[in-house]
Amino acid sequence: MHNIEDTLIPKVAVITDVRIDTPDIKTFRVVTPDGKKAFDHMPGQCAMLSVPGVGEAMFSITSSPTNTEYMEFSIKKCGCVTEWLHAAEVGQQITVRGPYGKPFPVDDEFAGKNLLFIAGGVGLAPLRSVINYCRHYRDRYGKIDIVYGSRSKEDLLDYNEIIEEWAKDANVDVHLTIDTAQEGWTENVGFIPQFVKGLKFDTDRTAVLCGPPIMIKLTLEALTSLGFEKNQVYTTLELRMKCGVGKCGRCNVGSKYVCKDGPVFRFDELDELPAEY
Amino acid sequence: MRKCSIEKLYSAFSELSSTMQIYLPVSNEEGKANYEKWTEGKLWSEALNTERSAKDFFFPQTEDLMKFKTEGKNIEIIDIRSEKEDFVIFGARACDVRSFDILDRVFLTDPVDSFYKARRDKGVIVSTACSRPAETCFCKAFGIDASEPCGDVTTWRVNDEVYFKSNTEKGDAFMKKIEKFTEECDEEKVDEQKAKIKKIIDKLPLSDLDTSDFGGGKTAEFFNSPLWAEMSSTCLGCGTCTFVCPTCQCYDIKEFNTGKEVIRYRCWDSCMYSEFTRMAHGNNRLTQTERFRQRFMHKLVYYPENNDGIFGCVGCGRCLSKCPISMNIVKVMKKLGGNE
Repeated sequence: MHNIEDTLIPKVAVITDVRIDTPDIKTFRVVTPDGKKAFDHMPGQCAMLSVPGVGEAMFSITSSPTNTEYMEFSIKKCGCVTEWLHAAEVGQQITVRGPYGKPFPVDDEFAGKNLLFIAGGVGLAPLRSVINYCRHYRDRYGKIDIVYGSRSKEDLLDYNEIIEEWAKDANVDVHLTIDTAQEGWTENVGFIPQFVKGLKFDTDRTAVLCGPPIMIKLTLEALTSLGFEKNQVYTTLELRMKCGVGKCGRCNVGSKYVCKDGPVFRFDELDELPAEY
Repeated sequence: MRKCSIEKLYSAFSELSSTMQIYLPVSNEEGKANYEKWTEGKLWSEALNTERSAKDFFFPQTEDLMKFKTEGKNIEIIDIRSEKEDFVIFGARACDVRSFDILDRVFLTDPVDSFYKARRDKGVIVSTACSRPAETCFCKAFGIDASEPCGDVTTWRVNDEVYFKSNTEKGDAFMKKIEKFTEECDEEKVDEQKAKIKKIIDKLPLSDLDTSDFGGGKTAEFFNSPLWAEMSSTCLGCGTCTFVCPTCQCYDIKEFNTGKEVIRYRCWDSCMYSEFTRMAHGNNRLTQTERFRQRFMHKLVYYPENNDGIFGCVGCGRCLSKCPISMNIVKVMKKLGGNE
C-alpha cells in the first residue's frame, strides 16, 4: 500500500525564510527537507499546508512557477493554523500537498492580451504568482498594468518587490493607492474602485481581480462602468476546504467545486452559478 | 443459476469464514437489523433493510489516514495504510448496491481515494432481492429494480432456499468458493418471486414519485425558490438524514494528539451542520435554509449535473423513517415539483 500515492498524504516541507510583510501578513519560503521545490504548479493554484496537531488549511501559492528553487506563501494571521505559522521560526517543518485547482489561463486566454491586475490587501498573494509569471515571459503579453491598494502603506504586501522590480520594469505600469493619507505617501489616496474608475483603462485588457468581497464587487462595477465585459474579468474564490479534490463536499457553489473547478473563475462563469460564495 | 438451502448456506459461511470475513444483516431483540460479522449461530435477518446503510464498509464513519511524529522542529509522516482483507457484504439490498456506484463516482474519480479503493477492491457484494418492499421504499423512481438487484452476485431468498446468479468475475470467484454447497437449478422459482415483487412495488405509494422535474441544469429553476424557507423551517440541523443516507459522502479531516503522536483521521461530516462551511473570515451558508437547500440540491441537481444524470438518491427510505421532524426528500421533490 505504501507506494500508492494518495493526495491526502502530504510531504514534509521546511520553512527556510520568514518575511514580515505587514503587521498581519508574513511570507513563508518553503522547500522539501533536501532543499527542493515540493512540486510544480501554475499561477493561481493552491496548496494545503498543515501543522500536525494544529490543522490543515488551503493557501494560494504566491511565488511564480518560474521560480524553480522554492515556493512562497503570503499568509494573513486570521485563524488557528495561520496564528501558529506566524509564530514559527526558520527551520520549522510543516507538511504540504498539492497543487490544487484550475490555474489562470496564462498560456492560452491571456496570451497576446493586454493585462490589468487589480488587488486589494492580501488579495495580492494569488496575483503575485501570475504577475511574476507574465513578467518572466514578458514578450508573450501586451501592456501590463497593476493596481494595488491597501489600508495603509504598512499594509501593502510585497512593497519592496513592487517598488524595486515591478515599477522599474520599462513596460509595466504600477498604480498604488492607500485608503487614507499618510505622511510621505506620494501615490494615490482612496479606495480601489474609484481609483480604477479614475484611471480610465481601455477595455482592450483582460482584467484579474482579487481582494476582499466588497472590493471585488465594487471594482467589478467600476470596470463594467468603463465598458468591460464580464467575460474579460477573472477572479479567484476562497471557500472552506478539507480535501482539495472535490470529494469532501464543502466548497461547492452549485455543481462546481472551488477546489477543483476553481479557484479561478471568470465573472461570466460565476453568473451561471448560484450566489452562494 | 445455482441454489442451496439456508441450512447449507450457513455451512458455506462456516467454511468461507476461515478465508474471508462475512458481513450480513442480523436482527436484534427489537427486530431491527444491522450488518454484523458472521460467526457460528448468527442468523441472516429477513428484515427489509439495515438501520445503517452499507456505506460503512467502504467509507467508514471514522478512519485513520496517517500519523505524525514531531520532535522539535521536525515532522515524520507515518503511512499507516495496510493491505485490507477479502470480505463479503451478504444480503445487500438493491438501493444500497446502487449507492456504491454513486460513491464510486466520487471516490474512484481521479485522483483516486486509495483508502476507499483498498476496501472497495476487497469487498464482494452479494445482493438480495426485496421480497417484501415497504411503504417507505421508492427505489423504482430512480430506476432501481428491487426484484433483481445488481452486485457481484444476486440472490433471491425463496422460502428456505437461496438462489444465486453471478454477475461479475468477483462473483464467479465467490460462487466457486461455495460451489460444493450449491447445486445447479432452473429459474422458475426466481421468476415467480420477481413477478411477485414487481407487483408489490407497483402498488407502493411512493413508486410513482416523479423525478422528471429534476436533474442537471436545474439550478436556476430551484435555487431561489421561496419553498426552501418553508420546507426547512422546522429542520433541527441534527444531520440524521446525512448519517443514515447511503450516498452522503461529505467528510471532515481532523486530528487527535495522543501525547506521543498525532493521528490525522477522516470522519463523516454533514452539510446540515452550521460549522460545515465556516471559515476564519465568514460562512457562505449561514442559515439552516441554505444548508437544507444544499443537501437536496446536491442530490437532485448538482450530483446528476456532474454524473451523467444519475441522481444522488437511491430511494432507500431511511431518511423518511429517521427524520425527527418528518421532512424528507420525497416531500421536497413533491413540493418543488408542484406534485403535492
